[in-house]
Amino acid sequence: MSTEILHGHAEVVSEAHGEHHEGHHHEESFISKYVFSMDHKMIARQFLITGIIWAIIGGLFSVLFRLQLGYPDMSLPFLEDIFGRWAQGGRITPEFYYALVTMHGTILVFFVLTAGLSGTFANLLIPLQVGARDMASPFLNMLSYWFFFLASVIMFASLFIQTGPAAGGWTIYPPLSALGQASDGSKLGMDFWLISMAMFIVSSLLGGLNYITTILNMRTRGMSMTRLPLTIWAIFFTAVLGVLSFPVLLSGAILLLFDRNLGTSFYLSDIVVKGEILPNEGGSAILFQHLFWFLGHPEVYIILLPAMGMVSEVLSVNSRKPIFGYLAMVGSLFAIAILAFLVWAHHMFVTGLNPFLGAFFVLLTLLIAIPSAIKVFNWLTTLWRGNIRFTPAMLFAIGFVSLFISGGLTGIFLGNSTLDIHLHDTYFVVAHFHIVMGVASFFGMFAGVYHWFPKLYSRYLNNTMAYIHFWITLAGAYLIFWPMHYEGLAGMPRRYVDYSSWESFKMFADLNRFISTVAMIVFAAQLMFVFNFFYSIFKGRRLRTENPWGSNTLEWTTPIHPGHGNWPGEIPEVHRWPYDYGKDGREFIPQTEPIGKDESAHH
Amino acid sequence: MSTAQAQVQTKWWGGGKSPFNLEYGKVMMWYFLMSDAFTFGAFLISYGTIRFSQNYWPDPNKVFNAFPLMGHANLPLAFVSLMTFILIVSSVTMVLAVHAGHNMDKKGVVKWMAWTIVGGIAFLACQAWEWTHLITGEHAVLIDGKIQEIGTTVSRNPWGSEILGLEHGEHHVTKTGPVAFGGYFFGITGFHGFHVFSGVIINIIMLLMATNDVFERKGHYLMIEKAGLYWHFVDLVWVFVFLCFYLI
Ligand code: HEM
Ligand SMILES: [Cu+2]
Repeated sequence: MSTEILHGHAEVVSEAHGEHHEGHHHEESFISKYVFSMDHKMIARQFLITGIIWAIIGGLFSVLFRLQLGYPDMSLPFLEDIFGRWAQGGRITPEFYYALVTMHGTILVFFVLTAGLSGTFANLLIPLQVGARDMASPFLNMLSYWFFFLASVIMFASLFIQTGPAAGGWTIYPPLSALGQASDGSKLGMDFWLISMAMFIVSSLLGGLNYITTILNMRTRGMSMTRLPLTIWAIFFTAVLGVLSFPVLLSGAILLLFDRNLGTSFYLSDIVVKGEILPNEGGSAILFQHLFWFLGHPEVYIILLPAMGMVSEVLSVNSRKPIFGYLAMVGSLFAIAILAFLVWAHHMFVTGLNPFLGAFFVLLTLLIAIPSAIKVFNWLTTLWRGNIRFTPAMLFAIGFVSLFISGGLTGIFLGNSTLDIHLHDTYFVVAHFHIVMGVASFFGMFAGVYHWFPKLYSRYLNNTMAYIHFWITLAGAYLIFWPMHYEGLAGMPRRYVDYSSWESFKMFADLNRFISTVAMIVFAAQLMFVFNFFYSIFKGRRLRTENPWGSNTLEWTTPIHPGHGNWPGEIPEVHRWPYDYGKDGREFIPQTEPIGKDESAHH
Repeated sequence: MSTAQAQVQTKWWGGGKSPFNLEYGKVMMWYFLMSDAFTFGAFLISYGTIRFSQNYWPDPNKVFNAFPLMGHANLPLAFVSLMTFILIVSSVTMVLAVHAGHNMDKKGVVKWMAWTIVGGIAFLACQAWEWTHLITGEHAVLIDGKIQEIGTTVSRNPWGSEILGLEHGEHHVTKTGPVAFGGYFFGITGFHGFHVFSGVIINIIMLLMATNDVFERKGHYLMIEKAGLYWHFVDLVWVFVFLCFYLI
């Protein structure tokens, strides 16, 4: 009896929801359609385009500091024309260099690969792939974008402050970041950084709550959890990681703001700056590192998991084969999500962590290799003997697997605390995380953009440019980051503006110049992608069929131009898992097709 | 009845309905509270690690022994007990408001929400008094060889150990205490107070919506329940704050 009542209640709730969205088909004003939109698809586009703009800015910064690293004795007058005293004499000043590196990291980690990636694809794919008319709360979803926008505005504004933006590295360790007198980059720019990140955390929280709730509560009839596409599983774990780890960064940032502005001593103790003895005592700089990396490590998986999910989907669709080991894929995502919370101190092996404690973090860190290896194995076996279609999305997905293997292997080196004594804060770490997180996640994102562009804009991206984009980016990524491993093994530390006066690293001058040159070429290739993106929105080849890739998932059952509410009639019912490719002699069987009478059992 | 049910066997996780039997907003509120718990957790753990890294920590029974209008009477933890009591009572009135909402009893909702708001404001007022008392209540402290009178702020702490044999007026003179005390005390109770403040605002909005029959028209008082979840959470956090700052 009681279950019946409860059941009725649930029905009422989901029905009330359906009604709410059906009412949206009438004419909308420009503002409510394009600006303060509550349609998840429009919000996805907003996140994507904001992310692209940020990626151009962040990428440009890397070109500038690579210029400095490749040509330490250059003198380019035009730099001074543009940046004034930041590039006095046509050279990038140390302050400018640190500001560039810091902003590059902050922008790409948070604004592009977190908000741009999750924001875009969680918004686009969750309702479409679970079969819902929109997010659980379209209003909070809209707020999530606008908080991100606000964070963006603040961060962008910080670039124009007289003393410059934050410049203590993307990890903003105190005491440097806590003391305005310590450097220009620790003055007003640092406050802007912290406030912007606080807004960013609100945005990611609002988004994450929506993603989790929508995935758990709003799946269409028949869409059991084990029939969810792996994209959705990946986004689900991403959102859980975000909801539980970002608040800890918020605490850390608030305490840092207090140290900066109210004279507290949370992170400060016994400090002398420029001969002046500061009154602060009793704080701990290590405390900040714990708070930061408790977010920081989950954060790297927040960046990676959505890419993994999309790659799984794209690989399976374009191999025309079921994903190998669906449950193992879900299980390994779960294992990664749990372990992500238990390894943060591997970033602190040499910053005063008790070596005994370090041993446990070594163990837990190395355990991550197991679920990672399971995933790699399953991707490769999905490809194995597949009927592969090398679409641009597929190439990027394969590229992702390659990069993930390369970067994951170097992680195992770093995870050993003894080896890390040598490798910490060298270019080896830079190479490791750029390959495994930076470039790999970008590849996942590109795979997603090329694959779902037809759903986003009802047109295709240009293929020729796409292939050029892929090969330059793949070759470039390895050419840039592979040599950095050698530099790091040789002990070359990161975060120095000039290595030429350093006897041990002089020999890398040519190598650095080579890396910088490739970096510029790769950046140009990304601009070509951006051109392709915007050109194709308006002029691309039109989408003429609902299901261009012969895909099983629900988003391809919507009309070519889906309205707000996604499906014109009833929401489709789901009868099978999403990976019935090449089954019983049929190329693909959409999830909406009921199981046939004499169909063979799946797997 | 039972046979009918056996046939329409419910698969909660099969899609097409909410597996939690909760309205989505409530589910979301739960997730938010989990997240917020991590924020407070991070604060309290930071506090714990710093506190235990110090050689000396002030005795809460000495720091928090004042009561409004009682002059210098030594009443350890009396005032904070009153504050805690007020907050707990406001949770009870919140439960009653939610209960009235279940019965679609508008009058009851309005009455109990009003009391909850009063409780919240009373708590904030108490906190304001306590903060003022700490900041302005000056104590004789030996700093750089001189006796000075200082209050408790985020960067100064008069609650160090007593210096034997040194008196100032009729009070003992102390050393300075760990500055982390004020930083964490004002930081964490302030952050909690900010939550109470937001809760009061939310509750006022709920009250206005109730008096304007918004919920009558909706046919349910689910919003009150969500506000209630938040309010109880803020209460629960206070219990931990109370434990960490006043009792231990
Ligand atoms: C088998 C898997 C992995 C292991 C064992 C591992 C281990 C490590 C260790 C020990 C460090 C610290 C190095 C140091 O600073 O001295 C590190 C740095 C880093 N790792 Fe990994 N890692 C793995 C995979 C990943 C993945 C998948 C990502 C991202 C998606 C990632 C992103 C990063 C980042 C961003 C940093 C450096 C942050 C900084 O200092 O600026 N790692 N890794
Ligand atoms: Cu890590």
